[in-house]
Amino acid sequence: MTQIPVAFVVILSIISLAGVGFYCLLATRNLIKVIIGLQLMIKGVAMAFILGGNLTGQLNLGQTMALTVIVADTIVAVVGLALAVQVRHRLGTLDIKALSTLKR
Amino acid sequence: MVYVLVAVGILAGAILAIRSKRLLISAIWLAVTSALTALMFYLLGAVQVAVIELSVGAGLVTVLFVFAINISGEEAFDLQPVMPKPLAWGLIVIAVGLTIYLTIRGGGLALELQASADSPTILWSDRYLDILLQIALIFSGVLGVLGLLSEGEPKTQKEDQA
Repeated sequence: MTQIPVAFVVILSIISLAGVGFYCLLATRNLIKVIIGLQLMIKGVAMAFILGGNLTGQLNLGQTMALTVIVADTIVAVVGLALAVQVRHRLGTLDIKALSTLKR
Repeated sequence: MVYVLVAVGILAGAILAIRSKRLLISAIWLAVTSALTALMFYLLGAVQVAVIELSVGAGLVTVLFVFAINISGEEAFDLQPVMPKPLAWGLIVIAVGLTIYLTIRGGGLALELQASADSPTILWSDRYLDILLQIALIFSGVLGVLGLLSEGEPKTQKEDQA
């Protein structure tokens, strides 16, 4: 049986995570689902850093970069969820189209 | 074989996270995806990041999601998406195609920086700017948590005035 290269499988995983997250960003109107899509995309990016470090033999450097991305990802989730809660509290909905009233 | 199983699990978890009608179920599938991502990190040899991803991505972030969903309430609606689905799929195909093209054409990934020390040494000596950035981000996160917790204040003030 032919062995599938590990890098190929991981790259497919990265692309699928980024693709699913990107679709969620484009297609959904629920503010919390938008944050979920963002989380999925950033997980793909962190995995790309680890794979890059693994392939170039500098795994520790890749780990430090992935660590920074994970911290940023968590803070984005916290701030985004706080924003969603405040929007729900003030506008009564999580629909991102309702936010367009801010333009008026 | 293990890599393929984990990759399939990640993809399935991600799809179920965005397809679920209930937000709570979506948050749980996101946690499953985070846990499988941590397993992939571990298999790739990145043990420290795997532990952090498992504790932060699958633990802390899930708790925050459940907390926020409980405060704001389940709002499952099937409205028209922001952009037409065929256009969204077209953009995704273009983005994925460009990624694959650049990956193949670039001949792989190349990091210019040379660092041979262990992770803490790199983080504290070579990449100290990242540490400063993380401190600023964590401060923003604290403000975000305050924003989450201050959900009921405006109503209380109005009631007091009345």
